[in-house]
Amino acid sequence: MNQFQYVRPTKNKAAIDTVTKDPNATFIAGGTNLLDLMKRGVVMPEKLVDINKLPLRKIEKESGAVRIGALALNGVVAEDKLVLEKHPLLAQALDAGASAQLRNMATVGGNMMQRTRCPYFYDTALPCNKREPGTGCSAIEGYNRMHAIFGFSDKCIATHPSDMGVALAALDATVLVSGPKGDRKIPFVDFHRLPGDTPQIETNLQKGELIVAVDVPENNFAKHAHYLKVRDRASYAFALVSVAAALDIENNTIKDARLAMGGVAHKPWRLTEAEKALVGKPVSEHTFRQAAEVAMRGARAFEHNQYKLKLAPNSIVQALKTAAGLA
Amino acid sequence: MAFEKDCPHALPESSDHKPPHEARRMFLKQSSILTAFALTPGVAVKAADLKFEEKVAAAFEQVKVTLEINGKKHKLSLEPRTTLLDLLRERLQLTGTKKGCDYGQCGACTVHVDGQRVNSCLTLAVMQDGKKVTTIEGLADGDNLHPMQEAFIKHDGFQCGYCTPGQIMSAVACIREGHADSDEEIREYMSGNICRCGAYPNIVNAIKEVKNGGLKV
Ligand SMILES: Cc1cc2nc3c(=O)[nH]c(=O)nc-3n(C[C@H](O)[C@H](O)[C@H](O)COP(=O)(O)OP(=O)(O)OC[C@H]3O[C@@H](n4cnc5c(N)ncnc54)[C@H](O)[C@@H]3O)c2cc1C
Ligand code: SF4
Ligand code: FES
Ligand code: FES
Repeated sequence: MNQFQYVRPTKNKAAIDTVTKDPNATFIAGGTNLLDLMKRGVVMPEKLVDINKLPLRKIEKESGAVRIGALALNGVVAEDKLVLEKHPLLAQALDAGASAQLRNMATVGGNMMQRTRCPYFYDTALPCNKREPGTGCSAIEGYNRMHAIFGFSDKCIATHPSDMGVALAALDATVLVSGPKGDRKIPFVDFHRLPGDTPQIETNLQKGELIVAVDVPENNFAKHAHYLKVRDRASYAFALVSVAAALDIENNTIKDARLAMGGVAHKPWRLTEAEKALVGKPVSEHTFRQAAEVAMRGARAFEHNQYKLKLAPNSIVQALKTAAGLA
Repeated sequence: MAFEKDCPHALPESSDHKPPHEARRMFLKQSSILTAFALTPGVAVKAADLKFEEKVAAAFEQVKVTLEINGKKHKLSLEPRTTLLDLLRERLQLTGTKKGCDYGQCGACTVHVDGQRVNSCLTLAVMQDGKKVTTIEGLADGDNLHPMQEAFIKHDGFQCGYCTPGQIMSAVACIREGHADSDEEIREYMSGNICRCGAYPNIVNAIKEVKNGGLKV
C-alpha cells in the first residue's frame, strides 16, 4: 500500500474542508473497499480522512422517513428494529451482501460509494477507462460474464456491485449530503451515473461532499417485499443478478409496486415501466411475467453474459412471486 | 504539496557504496516509495536521483495509537498504512491470526474488535485507536481452552488448520450474535470463513455442540 497521511477529524466541517482543499485526499469509513483498492494500487490517495469519529451513526425516525446515518454499519442496519419493521427489503438486501465480518465494518455511505468489481478495473496491468480514462475497455471484448446488459456505453460496461443500493433505489430513498457549498439532497436513483464518456465519474457527489445520511420514506410495502440475489455460490459472493421487489396488495390486486435490479447496469437499475405494468393488475404469475418482459426492453448482452437475458426476467418473476406470497 | 514542504531539497547526497544486500534493501525501499508517488512522477524521479528515501519515509508521520490487545495495553507508534493484521503478526508476533488472502475474501484474519468480529486485513490499525482487540491467543482462559476450541478438536473441525483461528473467532461471534439456531443459519453466518480443506460439516457440528451446551462463550 502507498504511504499516506492520516487525519481523524471530529467535526463534519473539518472533514469536508480537508477533502475539498486537498486534491489527493479522500474519506475513509469502514475501509473495506478503499483499502482493498489501495493494496492493489488501483487508487493511491495521499491523505486519508477517517470519518469514524463523526456523529453519523444514528438510525432514527425523521418526519415519516427512516433516517440512516452514513456511518451506520451494514450489519447494524440489517438488524435494526425500525428498519426491519418499516423496510424489511433493505434489511434483506444488506444481509445478502458480503459476510458477517464485512458487514460489521462496512458503512452505509461506503457501501453506496463502492467501486465496480470488474476484474479489469482491479488489474492495473490492463487497460480500463474507469481506472485510467482513455486507455480503453478490456471487458467489451474480454471476459464480460459479470457485466452490464442495460445502460452501458462503448467506454465501459461495468456493473455496480451494491446489494443495499438496489433496495434503496426501489424504496425511493434520498441521500443527504453536506459539502463545501452547503447541504443538499440527492434522490438515490440520481445518485449514481451511467458510464457515458466518463466512466471514471460514478456518482453525482462533488469533491469534498460528505454523505451524512440516507432517508427511506414511509411506504406500504413492508408486508410484500423480497430481495432475491442470484450468485455463483449460496453466500459471500457478488450478485450475477439481483431483484428488489415490493408490492402493495389489496384484494389480490396490485395497488402499487417497486422494482429494481442489481448486477445489470452501472448503477442500481430501477424499473419504473415494469412497475407501471404491475399496478392495477391481479396478483398472478402471468402479471409478473408481463412485467418482466417490459423490464427487459432494451437489454443487450455481450459474449459471456448472454445468460443474463434469461436469468434477469426469471429472477424478476421469482422475486415478485415470493414478495406476493405465491412462491 | 506536503511532500515538497517536508522534504527540502537540501538533502544528504551520500550515495556511498553499500554491500549488495544493503543495496537491494535500499532498492526495495526506494521502489515502494516510488509507488507512493506514482501520481507525481516529476518529484519521484528527483527523489530517486537524490537517494533520500530514508528522509522520505520519515516525512510521513508515525501515528500514536493505543490498543488493548487480549487484555494488555499497547502504546504504539505506527505508519498509518499498517493494517491491524500486519500489526498483530509482524509487530506484536501474534501470529495466531492468519493472512489468507489479505483482501477480505477468506476470513482467516478474523478477530474481535470491541467484541465484534471483523477482518483485520481490511482495517488500519490507526483506525482502531482506543479499541479492545481479541485474537485467538486471547480466547483461552490460561491453560483452559475456550469451549469452542475444545469443540473444534472434538469434532475434527479442521485439517491443515490454517483457517481455524479465523473460524473459531467467527464461530464464537456467530453464537454471541444469536445466529447459530439452525445448521442453515450457521452456514450462512459462517460463510465469511473459507476452508480449503472443506471441514465445513465438522465446523457446523462443533458450533452446534457449543451452542446447545449452553456454555457462556
Ligand atoms: C470480499 C468482499 C465481498 C463483498 N461482497 C459484497 C456483496 O455481496 N454485496 C455488496 O453490496 N457489497 C459487497 N462487498 C462490498 C462492501 O459492501 C463494501 O466494501 C462496503 O460497503 C464499503 O463500505 P466501507 O464503509 O468499508 O467503505 P470504505 O472502503 O471506507 O469507502 C469506500 C468509498 O466510499 C467513500 N466514502 C465512505 N463513506 C463516505 C461518506 N460518508 N461520504 C462520502 N464518501 C464516503 C470513500 O471515500 C471511498 O471512496 C464486499 C466486499 C468484499 C471485500
Ligand atoms: S467495463 Fe469499465 S471497469 Fe471494466 S474494463 Fe471496461 S472500462 Fe474498466
Ligand atoms: S486475510 Fe483477511 S479475509 Fe483473507
Ligand atoms: S482446515 Fe485447512 S483450510 Fe480449513
